[in-house]
Amino acid sequence: MRLLLGTLFALAVAALVGLGATYFALTRGAAFGSLTIGTWTAWPKTGTVEADPYARATIARTGQLPVALGDGVSFTAQTDDNGKILDGRCDVLVSGITPAARFWTMTLYNVDGQLAANSVNRYGFTSQEIVRHADGSFEIAVGPRANSGNWLPTGGVERYSLVLRFYDTAVGVSTKAGREVPMPAVATRSCR
Amino acid sequence: MIRWLLLLLGGALLGGIVHLATIIIMPRTATQDAYSRLSPIAPVNTVTVLPEATPDTAPLPYMDPAFASAVCRYDLSQGSLKLTVPVSLAYTSVSFYTRTGVAYYAINDRAAGRRVIELELMTADQRSQLPEDEEITAADRLIVESPTLTGLIAIRALAPEPGLMPMAQNTIAAAKCTQQNDNKPSR
Repeated sequence: MRLLLGTLFALAVAALVGLGATYFALTRGAAFGSLTIGTWTAWPKTGTVEADPYARATIARTGQLPVALGDGVSFTAQTDDNGKILDGRCDVLVSGITPAARFWTMTLYNVDGQLAANSVNRYGFTSQEIVRHADGSFEIAVGPRANSGNWLPTGGVERYSLVLRFYDTAVGVSTKAGREVPMPAVATRSCR
Repeated sequence: MIRWLLLLLGGALLGGIVHLATIIIMPRTATQDAYSRLSPIAPVNTVTVLPEATPDTAPLPYMDPAFASAVCRYDLSQGSLKLTVPVSLAYTSVSFYTRTGVAYYAINDRAAGRRVIELELMTADQRSQLPEDEEITAADRLIVESPTLTGLIAIRALAPEPGLMPMAQNTIAAAKCTQQNDNKPSR
């Protein structure tokens, strides 16, 4: 009886630990070889055959087609620069400059990777359509209410992520975080 | 007491094995990966233009809404494929994915250096069976080796502004993915 109880206990612990760790790894997007600049994180190797088992499992679970490394590289931000989770009911300002690339796009997704529905059908910006300052820097206002300038509507979703994709760029596996890859700052302004 | 601690430790160790095993078998058992999601709408070995990425119509998660995209869901068991993609004004890329969605090759319009991206896709076996005597050199033909028999080719054209989306759609609609007869070069 004691043996049976003990075995069941150990197996229950194993299931809890094992499946729990898998769940967390896949929902938090864990993979090796990440490149973090500010709040932005990229996994350049995920777009290659060298993708590790965690990256492969994440790709299979979400059903996405990752940006291949010969095509570009994709950076994701889940929080602002202070570590506050991006909230669609707050006004968030993305400002600064980006590393050199032929084109870039910035897109807002909800936690399931879907675009956030909004009244103006605006889901992101490309480097071509953005309004810039004289020095080449830009500001994108991410928030639930209409804003002058580059307004990226959140549609009021609770949590979202911003994905910045660079196409035809030198940023990749060998890139080190530093001065040569400037990424825009992300700041939460006000929440109502 | 010590007995329960040991059981806890043993359970945790076993949990680590469970964790690694589930991570490794996940790609083989996933029912909602990109290939499975596209199977109902994309016939084999033809280019299918995907619906525009909007909240209601995006067929895959994390699609870039600035791009018009098409896929060719391929199966090389009956022979190799030839892919031709006309280049759009802004940016065009072709990415190759295995059955489980791992990217193994990508090329963009600038790297291709022509107005049309022309590629041949085959397995390592099919490539080794190519006759070598012909004057068609490697420079003329861009051959991509697929590590798997089935997979996806994603063709993407950027619309730098929303107004240019129809043009990008037209470009990728002209892309072709055709099966070639086995053991016979195309020219």
